[in-house]
Amino acid sequence: MRFYEYEAREIVKRAGIPVTDFGFATSATEARAIAERIGGPAVIKSQVLTGGRMKAGGVRFADTPDEAEQHAEAILALEIGGHMPRGVLVDPKAQVKQEYYAGVVWDGTRKRPLMLFSDMGGIDIEQVAEEHPGHVGRGHYSNLLPFPDYQAKQVIAAAGVTGSALNRLTPILARLARLFRERDMTLAEINPLAQLGDGSFVALDAHMEMENEGMPRQQALLAELGIGADEGTREGHEPSPFEAAVKAIDAADHRGVIQGKDTGFHGNLGLVIGAGGGSLTLTDAVRGHGGRPANYSEIGGNPSVAKACGLAKAVLRKDGVEKIAVMMSIVSNTRVDIVARGVIKACLELDKDPAETIAIFRIPGAWEEEGSKILDRYGVDYCDRSVSMHEAAGRAVAKIQGAAA
Amino acid sequence: MPGLFIDVEVHDSVGDDVELAKKLEEVCPVDIFKATPGGLEIREEQLDECVLCELCLEPAPPGTVRVVKLYDGTALERT
Repeated sequence: MRFYEYEAREIVKRAGIPVTDFGFATSATEARAIAERIGGPAVIKSQVLTGGRMKAGGVRFADTPDEAEQHAEAILALEIGGHMPRGVLVDPKAQVKQEYYAGVVWDGTRKRPLMLFSDMGGIDIEQVAEEHPGHVGRGHYSNLLPFPDYQAKQVIAAAGVTGSALNRLTPILARLARLFRERDMTLAEINPLAQLGDGSFVALDAHMEMENEGMPRQQALLAELGIGADEGTREGHEPSPFEAAVKAIDAADHRGVIQGKDTGFHGNLGLVIGAGGGSLTLTDAVRGHGGRPANYSEIGGNPSVAKACGLAKAVLRKDGVEKIAVMMSIVSNTRVDIVARGVIKACLELDKDPAETIAIFRIPGAWEEEGSKILDRYGVDYCDRSVSMHEAAGRAVAKIQGAAA
Repeated sequence: MPGLFIDVEVHDSVGDDVELAKKLEEVCPVDIFKATPGGLEIREEQLDECVLCELCLEPAPPGTVRVVKLYDGTALERT
């Protein structure tokens, strides 16, 4: 789940990390009142869940409350990357001596949180890591054991920070590390973390993303931030018609699980795939063989015939799809014959010949003998576990490329 | 619409057996059977969801309920 900047800053503040005296406004009049309270130059920032605010004119500087009001009015009407702002954040313009970066991200490979710190803040940490690797400190920490401050200190010191700054920054990174864990975050980032003229540190911007599965456990926090359950996970994009259709099919039937994504896919080979990481492996394998997937999908948990049929039909209805590849890892909790019935039914109901439309059917496992009989009846070859997933993907690609030639 | 893959045949001799109809409705995990005041109704739209569990064969007298696999011509039945 993603958070707006004003929410992320509130989360940071509640963790004991110093922030500016910012305010959130949904109208120009409110923005003016906040600017008056601040009593000096202010920054007006669009609150959208997308990047590129500065370039789009969504961040403006105001010297007076009048100016703040005018800027807020303009920003509130400004669409950025297809998103209208939820409001504006009004922030005192800080006198910054130096900008730093502090972040924690979930490392899926090591299965631990990873702290990152740099004395070059205000720009993307990826860019700093690539161009100035000596200015980035990093370190994993346990997701179970209590977090000791010295681990944060080591990471900051590794970025070349010493002396008073090191001592003052240590509790900030330590609190961020604890916040990350306690709030079920997958990303907690302060950039820039600014050192002001008087030597103090303050978070000038924050970016937080919460694990979707952590949301029920964080209901109290979400409620305090005014985030309703109807807001969902605030996914970064609107579901495509295909994605929405698959979601609706899944929601209508409790048996099994299906998911479908097609954002960024423009190929001719539809994928009805799944099982124990099989979807990722098979999508990569299709691409590795030079194939062009039309979608990504996941099917498992013993779906009904109707659900398997619904997914296959949604895939087949996509523009540009010529054939489908039905492939899974070895399944124990999904029946081969049920999936076979579903995909064949989908072909027939769309007036397509299963033998021509199904480029490959490779699902070894439960009830495969029965599945094989069904496929045989409709002229579809069945591949058992003697055909690897990689080989199956290759056969599917060869078949569709042969058909196109 | 009849099933593409599965058909269920119920012998006329038990078609109006209300108690059997209730039992079949109760045991079928995919709602193929519906008990009505007149006896038994087969819900054709559910036929292809049959999971071949054979639970419907148990309460019926031998040979009166058959689950036919249309794709290979064989049938499940209690003898």
